[in-house]
Amino acid sequence: MANSIPEGPLPTPTLKAPLLFLSVLLIASCGLIYELVAGTLSSYLLGDSVTQFSTVIGVYLSAMGLGSWLSKFLHRGLARRFVDLELAVALVGGFSAPILFMAFAHTHAFRVVLYGVVMAVGTLVGLEIPILMRILKDQVRFKDLVAGVLTLDYIGALFASLLFPLLLMPKLGLVRTSLLFGLLNAAVGLWSTHLLQSQLGPTRMIRLRCAVVMALLAVGLVFAGKFTLAIEEEIFADEIVYAKDSAYQRIVLTRGRGSFQLFLNGNLQFSSADEYRYHEALVHPAFAVRPGAKRVLICGGGDGLAVREVLKHPAVQEVVLVDLDPGMTDMARNQPMVRQLNGAALDDPRVKVINADAMVWLQETPGPPFDLAFVDFPDPNTYALGKLYTSRFYRILQRRLTDDAVVAVQSTSPLMARQSFWCITATMEASGLKVRPYHLAVPSFGVWGFALASKRDFEVPAHVLPGLRHLSDEATAAMFAFPKDMERVPVEVNRLDNQVLVHLYTREWRRWS
Amino acid sequence: MRSGSALLCGIGGICRFFYFLFIYAICSFKFISLCGLAIMKRRDFLAAAAASAIPLACRPKPAFPFPGELVGPDLPLGHWLRGGAFPDPDRFEPVSVLIVGGGVAGLSAGWRLAGAGLEDFQVLELEPEPGGTSRSGRNHVSPFPWAAHYLPVPDRGNHAVLRLLKECGVLEGFDAKGEPVFAEEATARAPEERLFAYGQWWEGLYLRAGASVEDERQYHAFFREVDRWAAFKDAQGRPAFSIPRSRCSDAPEARALDSLSFAVWLDGHGFSSPRLRWLLDYACRDDYGSRLDTTSAWAGIFYFAARKQGPGEDSRPLLTWPEGNGFLIDHLRRSCGDRLRCGVMATSIRPDTDSLLVTAWDATNQRRLGWRAKRVIFAGPQHVARHVVEGLATVRPAMTRIRNAPWLVANLTLRSRPKESGFPLAWDNVLRDSEALGYVVATHQSLRDHGPTVWTWYRPFTGPDCDAERARLRAMDWPACARMVMDDLRPAHPDLEGLVARLDVMRWGHAMVRPAPGLLWDPDFLALSKPHGAIHFAHTELSGLALFEEAQDHGLRAAEEVLAAYGRRERSWR
Repeated sequence: MANSIPEGPLPTPTLKAPLLFLSVLLIASCGLIYELVAGTLSSYLLGDSVTQFSTVIGVYLSAMGLGSWLSKFLHRGLARRFVDLELAVALVGGFSAPILFMAFAHTHAFRVVLYGVVMAVGTLVGLEIPILMRILKDQVRFKDLVAGVLTLDYIGALFASLLFPLLLMPKLGLVRTSLLFGLLNAAVGLWSTHLLQSQLGPTRMIRLRCAVVMALLAVGLVFAGKFTLAIEEEIFADEIVYAKDSAYQRIVLTRGRGSFQLFLNGNLQFSSADEYRYHEALVHPAFAVRPGAKRVLICGGGDGLAVREVLKHPAVQEVVLVDLDPGMTDMARNQPMVRQLNGAALDDPRVKVINADAMVWLQETPGPPFDLAFVDFPDPNTYALGKLYTSRFYRILQRRLTDDAVVAVQSTSPLMARQSFWCITATMEASGLKVRPYHLAVPSFGVWGFALASKRDFEVPAHVLPGLRHLSDEATAAMFAFPKDMERVPVEVNRLDNQVLVHLYTREWRRWS
Repeated sequence: MRSGSALLCGIGGICRFFYFLFIYAICSFKFISLCGLAIMKRRDFLAAAAASAIPLACRPKPAFPFPGELVGPDLPLGHWLRGGAFPDPDRFEPVSVLIVGGGVAGLSAGWRLAGAGLEDFQVLELEPEPGGTSRSGRNHVSPFPWAAHYLPVPDRGNHAVLRLLKECGVLEGFDAKGEPVFAEEATARAPEERLFAYGQWWEGLYLRAGASVEDERQYHAFFREVDRWAAFKDAQGRPAFSIPRSRCSDAPEARALDSLSFAVWLDGHGFSSPRLRWLLDYACRDDYGSRLDTTSAWAGIFYFAARKQGPGEDSRPLLTWPEGNGFLIDHLRRSCGDRLRCGVMATSIRPDTDSLLVTAWDATNQRRLGWRAKRVIFAGPQHVARHVVEGLATVRPAMTRIRNAPWLVANLTLRSRPKESGFPLAWDNVLRDSEALGYVVATHQSLRDHGPTVWTWYRPFTGPDCDAERARLRAMDWPACARMVMDDLRPAHPDLEGLVARLDVMRWGHAMVRPAPGLLWDPDFLALSKPHGAIHFAHTELSGLALFEEAQDHGLRAAEEVLAAYGRRERSWR
């Protein structure tokens, strides 16, 4: 059977034409999947999905045109070329998603890689159908050939376009989908060595190649789990204008509809449209209770927005900002949009920026006590963050405060995470603080809560700094009243050895996502 | 004609593209959010099967890209004892009490004597640092334990431990119900434990994922049985299981457990669930250096029942420090002050008229030392006692029944933490499919969640023949030890090797006494705690259980025996 047979007119039974039509169906599905993967992935990573899909589809289709045109330069050994082509598509298309994720994470030339990959896959896919038609041209009448191949090509596309959003994305995700279809493509190659055997000559080497490609893709599938986290973090609705993986987190700035947003590990930190509500509420009530404060501590808040509010008080002589991530404070200093929003607050001579874990820093670094402290950490969704909301943290914090110091703590949403909110209050009380919780509406977050606290009893602030955008004396007083659906609930104290808050918080927020 | 039709095709292509795009643009918002939701749900299921399937084909390379060394105990010096024949020193210094051994038992004895105002004592420790298996180390990253690294919070009846913790500032007071309140920074921080199985980390030590209904039933049935024992009180009101064991009931029904191995007891109660048995076997390896079939059922149940806050309640929380129980050692050694002599090995103890003559070798200054002591507290292990105290083995044959499991402990200093997914880094991190016990993170308790850290990795040698296991451990050089550690951790942390700044290894020849069936309640074994003339004995192995509380209890007992011999009427600290 494995005799070498020269290409040319052959009697009909030598090729299995109906089965080859079936491969058209499969390769059409694979081709569309690669296109969808590239389009989806670029929308996730770069935002602006219409632009991304438009350019990806355009480049892909034009590359297919290029491939079709190039097919005329292939003359001999078409069957062998076809199998090689399948393997090439399998490799480039199959690894396209992992390649693109890596390019986004580790290079500055993501778009070059994106369009390069789309171009390569498109060109290779464009070669497939013309070559297959030429292989079949002597076996099937031309009108049957064109009708059959194009019908199956479009039906394959339908299969893929339905499978992709309904089954593949939900169950497998981008990386596994692209690898799986690469594997399918390579399988078509292997299968073709059987279907085209009469035209191929010796098939051992070529089958070995198929096996190697399939093995590579299979190994890729096994490792695909590593990429899933990266994908989860990349669901943004708007255009990404800044993205950086620091040693601690992924920092992303997106822009849309006249405002911009900061995300840390995919969680919204502020929107420029309404952050003033949040930061005014965090900062000014504490100043109202302790006017004339000179030394101010800010834990977290590396975006510099709380500092901006603090510096509105002329008596302030020193602000110490302790934020874990130099990537964050550098961005707050250097990224033009953020720098403009925080008024270059971090470069003010009164401000000292320290990049350290606030809890470790408070515990281990001696220094004069602070008059005010603002605690503005991300919500407690991990144990490493949860420790910053424990009674131990508040005790350590108190050791660094003057006796009449006031603390304001961001304490998540009293509406969406009611138990978590009151857990923070209860924990602060357990550490010996007198606590007065309050809340306001921040449209991009929802109803948001804070806790004002001091070692001594104190009155709800009556007068805030005049000239603010949101807070007035009346609005300030109103923040301290809790409607019925946010009233206090009994909860356990969050301690280092139980970290109940992390469990409460993740359970409560799961309902809203 | 040809160019015309080509143009038509071109226009057709453009139109098709725009229809496609139009439809897409309408759907896109919905589509993206759909995918987003789908991904969130997927998180729980995927990623499990992946990593475990990778074969460990890449065998270790001959060398490691990081330095390290084998550190103490001083094997040649210790074994030199067996040679015997040490000439006497020039003079014998008089002393009231000489304590041989500066581990928990010896230091606790010193603590007790000093507490009673008996100041004239000396503590001799063979190693350059005191603490025995509670020793700790320290480098530029963190302090770290070299062996014992936690203490379950004591119940209110454990006066000795409460007294110690109060002195250390860890016991802050008592709540309204009279229960002790401990400093938050010393209670083991959550998350406490995680388990690596099926290529992924899971919360807790008992693997709930994939457990069958029968597994769950047996798990609960076992802990009901533990509760039953936790509730047991004998006619005198003593519990069956308590820490230290001197507070335990000697009622026959409890003692009967000691005649069986834990494995046989489990078989007899129909506990066959592989997950449950893994957990219990892990407990035996972790606390006793033995396996289900070489551990007494009494000891197996003791592990769980003695730590219960009460029947049906949770296990007691644990107290821990970055340096492990080295924290407690630091306090105890302060109470001994300059009476603690490290690097000094007692070579013989012999009676002489109304006192004891003790000879010793000062390894630091390379000279012979001698003491004439009224009383000696021998706070070393029995296998050393038989070489030091002449004729002891013939009058106390039970001492040869004590078997100590060897351990290998490694401290890995890491430049940064490995990347991983699943349940996050905990205090205690255990690999299910491993002979080792996993590792403890020294920086966990000091709240450092980022950057460099030190991991302490533990491996008991649990084979039935301790001597053979010890010989095996002694034959291992540093590369062999390092290889054992890295091979063990590779499945969970394939990228670990590049993160290790150094890896130091402690080979403990006699780390832990094994509570073999029949040992713990054997009258001859229990009689080993009795004094031999003016020599009093204190060591955790006299309990048959290697625990801080046991060592401390024996130290206090021996010290109080001495105080009684001096005619001091003291209220017991025990």
